[in-house]
Amino acid sequence: MAAWTPDQPMVRLRDVHKSFGQSEVLKGISFEVMKGEVICIIGPSGSGKSTLIRSINALVPINSGSITVEGQEVNDPAVDKLALRRKVGMVFQQYNLFPHRTALQNIMMAPIHVLKQDRSEVEARARALIRKVRLEGKEDTYPGELSGGQQQRVAIARSLAMRPDLMLFDEVTAALDPETVKEVLVTIRELAREGMTCILVTHEMGFAREIANRIYFTDQGVIVEHGSPQEILDHPREARTKAFLEQVL
Amino acid sequence: MQEIADWFRSLYETTGLNFTIFYDPYDAWQFARGVGMTVYLSVVSILICLVVGVIGAWLQSSGIKVVRGVIEIFVVIFRNTPPLVQIFFFYFGMGELLPANYNDIGLREPLLSNVQWAIISLSLFAGAFNIEIFRSGIEAVPDTTVEAAEALGYTRLGVYRHVVLPLALRVCLPALNNNLVNLLKTTTLAYAIAVPETLYATTQIWAESQNVTEMMFVLLATFVLLVGVLVWVMHRWERSLRIPGFGR
Ligand SMILES: Nc1ncnc2c1ncn2[C@@H]1O[C@H](COP(=O)(O)OP(=O)(O)O)[C@@H](O)[C@H]1O
Ligand SMILES: [Mg+2]
Repeated sequence: MAAWTPDQPMVRLRDVHKSFGQSEVLKGISFEVMKGEVICIIGPSGSGKSTLIRSINALVPINSGSITVEGQEVNDPAVDKLALRRKVGMVFQQYNLFPHRTALQNIMMAPIHVLKQDRSEVEARARALIRKVRLEGKEDTYPGELSGGQQQRVAIARSLAMRPDLMLFDEVTAALDPETVKEVLVTIRELAREGMTCILVTHEMGFAREIANRIYFTDQGVIVEHGSPQEILDHPREARTKAFLEQVL
Repeated sequence: MQEIADWFRSLYETTGLNFTIFYDPYDAWQFARGVGMTVYLSVVSILICLVVGVIGAWLQSSGIKVVRGVIEIFVVIFRNTPPLVQIFFFYFGMGELLPANYNDIGLREPLLSNVQWAIISLSLFAGAFNIEIFRSGIEAVPDTTVEAAEALGYTRLGVYRHVVLPLALRVCLPALNNNLVNLLKTTTLAYAIAVPETLYATTQIWAESQNVTEMMFVLLATFVLLVGVLVWVMHRWERSLRIPGFGR
C-alpha cells in the first residue's frame, strides 16, 4: 500500500457498522477528515457518537466497514493498535486522569512508559504543556484536588505529551460547571488554531459554530446531514436536525 | 544485661516464676533462634506470597480460559484446605516424590529442607488469598481509567503495572493487612514438621526447664509484639501510599 501523504484524508470512514448484541448502534457511517481540519459531531444522546469516536482509535472494534488513519486500516485484526493509539490522542468526558499521580506525572507517564523517551526531556515538555493549558503551580497537585475544568486541561495536556497527529474529544465539557467550560474550550480553540486535526463530539453549539470546518449531525446510528456550521446550525434541511437544534439552542 | 538476668534469677528464687530465657544463656539462645526463624519464615513468605498474588491476579485477567481455570483451581484448593494439611502435603507428600541424595552413611538427604517446604507451603497458602484480595482491588478500578491508559498506547501489562496495580493495591490494603497478619501467625504450624521457630523453641525450653506457664506467657507476648511490628509497618506503607484528594 502506498504511504499516506497529507493531501489524502487523515481519517476516512467508509460504511462503518457496529452492533452491541442485537442493537445496531452505527448503521453505515462514512466521512473524511483532512489534516488540520476540525470537525464536530452533534446529535442526541444515544445516537452512537461515543461509539463512533472510540472506534477510530480501536477502543471499540467495528463489525464491518473501513476506518483508516493516515492510510492505516484500523478494522484489521493485524493492526498495531498501540502504534495507532500513539498518534491518536483522546480526551474523555470524565477526564479519567490517573488519581495516584500528580498533574505533572500524569502528563509524563505515557511518554516515559510507552515511548521510552528520556525523563528529563519529557519533564521539560510536560512543564511547557502545563503552562500551555494555564495550570502553572498545579504541577504537584493530585487530580482529586483539582476542579473538573483543571482536570480536563491536564487530560488534554496528557494526550498532547504523546505528540499525536489527531485529537479526539468526546463531550469533554459535558461534565463541567458552566464557569469552567470556557477555560477548557479556550485550550481546545488554541489547539485547533495551531493546526491540530480534531474530531469533537460536543453539545456546545456556539463553540462548534466558531471552530468547526464541518458539522455532522447524527441520529440513531446514521449521519443525517453534514455541512458548514452555517448550513447545519442556521439552515438545517432535515426535520430531525431542526427538532434537535430547537431542543438544545 | 547482667542486671536483668540477676533480676529474673532472684524472681525465680523468691516467687518460683521461672523465666529461664532471661538468665539461662542456652535457653536465651534457643528462644532467640526461634524468634529469628519465625521472622525469617514470615518475611520470606510475605514477599513470595505478594509475588504470587500479583502474578496470579494478572493471569486471572488473562484472555486464555485454561490459564484462568488453573488459577481458579489453585485458589480453591489452597483456600478450602487447612494450612496444616497443606504443610503435611508438601513435606510428606511432595517431599517423597522429589529425588533425594544419600550421604556417606546411607542417610536420606532430601532435596528441600523442612524450612524450605514450610516457606513454599505458607507462601502458596497466603498467595492464594492474595490473588482473591488483589482481584477485588482490580475490580474496583474503573474501566474508564483503564481505557484512558489504553488510549495512550499502554500495553496490557503496562496498564496493569502502572495504573491498575497501584490503584488496586490502595483499595485492598486493609484486606492484605489481615492476610499478612494471618500468615505470620500461621508460621507456627511449621512446628509440626520440626522447623525450629518460636513455638518449637518454646516447647523445647519448657520441656527441659519445667516452666510451661511462664513460657506460654512469653509466647503470647512475643506474637503480640511481632504482629504489632508487622501492623506498624503496614500502616506506614498505607500512609506512604495515601493520595491527597483520592479515596473514599
Ligand atoms: N459497551 C457497550 N455495550 C452495549 N451497549 C453499548 C455499549 N456502548 C454503548 N452502547 C449502546 O450504544 C448506544 C449508543 O451509545 P453511545 O455511542 O454512547 O451514544 P452517544 O455517545 O451518542 O450518547 C446506546 O444505546 C448505548 O446504550
Ligand atoms: Mg457519548
